[in-house]
Amino acid sequence: MKADKADMAREGPESEGMTMPLSMVHEGAKAVLRAVTGGHEMRGRLAAMGLLPGIELEVIRNSGHGPFVVGVKGSRVVIGRGMASRIEVE
Amino acid sequence: MTKTLDKTITVAVAGNPNSGKTTIFNNLTGSRQRVGNYPGVTVEWKEGTVRRGDLSLKLYDLPGTYSLTAYSEEELVARDFLIKQQPDVVVNVLDASSLERNLYLTTELMEIGLPLILVLNMTDVARDRGLTIDAGLLARRLGVPVVPAVGNRNQGMDDIIAAVAEVAFRQVSLPGPADQCRDAGPGLASLTQVATGGNFHRVDYGNAVEARLETVSQLLPDARHRRWQSIKLLEGDEALLESIPDPGVRARITAESGAFAKEVAEDSDTVLARLRYDFIGRLCHGVLRIPDRSERTLSDRIDRWAMHPLWGVPIFLTLMYGVFTLTFGLGNPIMNLIDHGFVRLAALISGFWTEGTASPLRSLLVEGIIGGVGGVIVFLPNIVLLFMAIAVLEGTGYMARAAFVMDRFMSKVGLHGKSFIPLLIGFGCTVPAIMATRTLETRRDRLITMMVLPLMSCGARLPIYALMIPAFFAPRWQGPILWIIYVTGIVLALAGARFLRATLFRGETTPFLMELPPYRIPTAGSLLVQMWTRAWLYAKKAGTVILGASIILWFLTFYPKPPADYKVPEGFDRAAIGSETRFGDLTDPAAIQSAELSYSIAGRVGRILETVIEPIGFDWRIGTALVGAMAAKEVFVAQMGIVFAVGEADETSEDLRTRLRDRYSQLVGFCIMLFALISTPCVATFAITRQEAGSVKWALAQSVGLTLLAWIVTFTVYQGGLLLGLGSVMGGP
Repeated sequence: MKADKADMAREGPESEGMTMPLSMVHEGAKAVLRAVTGGHEMRGRLAAMGLLPGIELEVIRNSGHGPFVVGVKGSRVVIGRGMASRIEVE
Repeated sequence: MTKTLDKTITVAVAGNPNSGKTTIFNNLTGSRQRVGNYPGVTVEWKEGTVRRGDLSLKLYDLPGTYSLTAYSEEELVARDFLIKQQPDVVVNVLDASSLERNLYLTTELMEIGLPLILVLNMTDVARDRGLTIDAGLLARRLGVPVVPAVGNRNQGMDDIIAAVAEVAFRQVSLPGPADQCRDAGPGLASLTQVATGGNFHRVDYGNAVEARLETVSQLLPDARHRRWQSIKLLEGDEALLESIPDPGVRARITAESGAFAKEVAEDSDTVLARLRYDFIGRLCHGVLRIPDRSERTLSDRIDRWAMHPLWGVPIFLTLMYGVFTLTFGLGNPIMNLIDHGFVRLAALISGFWTEGTASPLRSLLVEGIIGGVGGVIVFLPNIVLLFMAIAVLEGTGYMARAAFVMDRFMSKVGLHGKSFIPLLIGFGCTVPAIMATRTLETRRDRLITMMVLPLMSCGARLPIYALMIPAFFAPRWQGPILWIIYVTGIVLALAGARFLRATLFRGETTPFLMELPPYRIPTAGSLLVQMWTRAWLYAKKAGTVILGASIILWFLTFYPKPPADYKVPEGFDRAAIGSETRFGDLTDPAAIQSAELSYSIAGRVGRILETVIEPIGFDWRIGTALVGAMAAKEVFVAQMGIVFAVGEADETSEDLRTRLRDRYSQLVGFCIMLFALISTPCVATFAITRQEAGSVKWALAQSVGLTLLAWIVTFTVYQGGLLLGLGSVMGGP
């Protein structure tokens, strides 16, 4: 896992290992999911849709309010804003 | 295929939502389907049969799921089916354009260990995106047949059937799934692991996890699906844990799972999920080639508009307007035609009896049965058209966009974005609207939406307003009053949803998480099958209940018949029947009908209700009409006509309006509309709620809850109005 983290830091020079909630990522930007704050159910549902720590995702839409869309493993997933603020990315 | 199977092969069709599972199921089974609900749950259930020569398959369409955890009702239903029914073959439908994500469910299905077939659906979409998939290599690695298919073009269906047959025949010659030999004992299991280290016949979680699995596995009493159970228990699956009877074993399993979580310093389910994706990554290496450049697909381009922050809502509303116009604009003329047909039929049957003779059989046939059956059939055009429209919205993938667009508004009251569509349909008719809640994924969202749906003022309530508003309000107030009634319904529905969310359906809010499937063109066949099965379900299931209820209500309003010396009750409208007070002396047919109704069970119930409804300004006449209105809301008007002895009355009857004005104040008139809007929905709604919610409990809760709410609201308005001095009867003759 440590090696993983180092890899990611090298890949994203502008983020330099800095984490922030997914809700703050701009449209069109790519990020790596780091952690999810939430119960078992939420983590389980996210994981089944391919959203789990270490996964690279792309923010397809973030209009500033309302739910937004991320691209993960070739599919598009809508995530509620409340939920997005509990997903830490890098 | 020289040998024939002497039994039907049972096949479970599993897959992610939006994987095209339903289309493939529809293609395979055609109209030979039965739709229902799993007992006690809101999850839709479908089975169908396929016959090819000697071959007979029974297909079960499992709910679309992303995994087999215990977090949602759908997933529980799917896994319980696999474990308890032990289908001969599991057909796993995968969206080839999103292969890695779809394979996640496959890993869980592999762990259950039933004979498996993978169907790579939508290979055309995958190809268009520049993905290449080596299906042969995937099949060799997993050791299961992999069938490429394009469900929307009906391609690959015969291959699926052939693969099912092949796997089923293999089962016959080699009894017992391969999984059993691995589960034979701890020693053998570890040996197998070494032997199969390099292949992909099962997910290898690595030595540390495998050791834990081994420990849990030895504690299990049930030998079947030992590996799957161990994995789920290590993940901390509560539903499975509770199914273990021995508390000592439960405690040791919990300890093991806790120790594991401590060891990896992470949640055990997250760790196992990651290991599954690692396995999928290795499995897909060399199988799946993804083009480097991530390009905007056609779906993304359409979504720039369909999900636009500004244009998304108008586009959605326009489409909804289209659905509404189609359902009720095209449906209502057909509905009227059917209605007309039933009126003619009733007249024809009435003709067998001589004019004026009171025959209970004639009455039962005409008012009870034809009225009841007609009441069911008239909804059919609306239902058929509506489900066609919904099938199109779902099939194209737009439904997910609609949920996205509306979520901003609906989440404020604790509802899902998709709830908006049933609520909107509720303005037309509550019955199809409740059926439309099937598009909602969680039971909680479905139930909340169903409970508040009758508050959206349906078309059948319009005749009540059309009668009352001109009777009590000056033309310039008529529009605003109607508006107030509708808005009251909407506000109460939204407030009610919020209230339910905060009380009965509390708990962690279901996070808004939804896949956005690529747009696609659905096949006409699949749409027709979907529409037909739902329309048939309505006609059959709801029909029997509605018919039964109509006959009961017919009985309540016609029996018992008053004896000749029946004294027309105190407070009976003397003006309408003159000075006669004995029933036997009445001559005017309208007066006889009125007296009969007052003597019937409905009339008596109305009078008993008087004590309860007096505080909200109603008398026994209104009570009696409300009892009759339970059959269908618009019956209220006809019942009022009978009570006031004006004979056949409809919503344009000036005669009835005058009598209403003579007896009731404007305030009461308004309260009648308010009560009709909120109170207990019609029997058709009751029947469909019972069916869709899976238990009579919810239908009762809906009726009782809404009637209580109606009483409270009407009481407040009536008493408040009295205090403000609005209670005087103003109308003269």
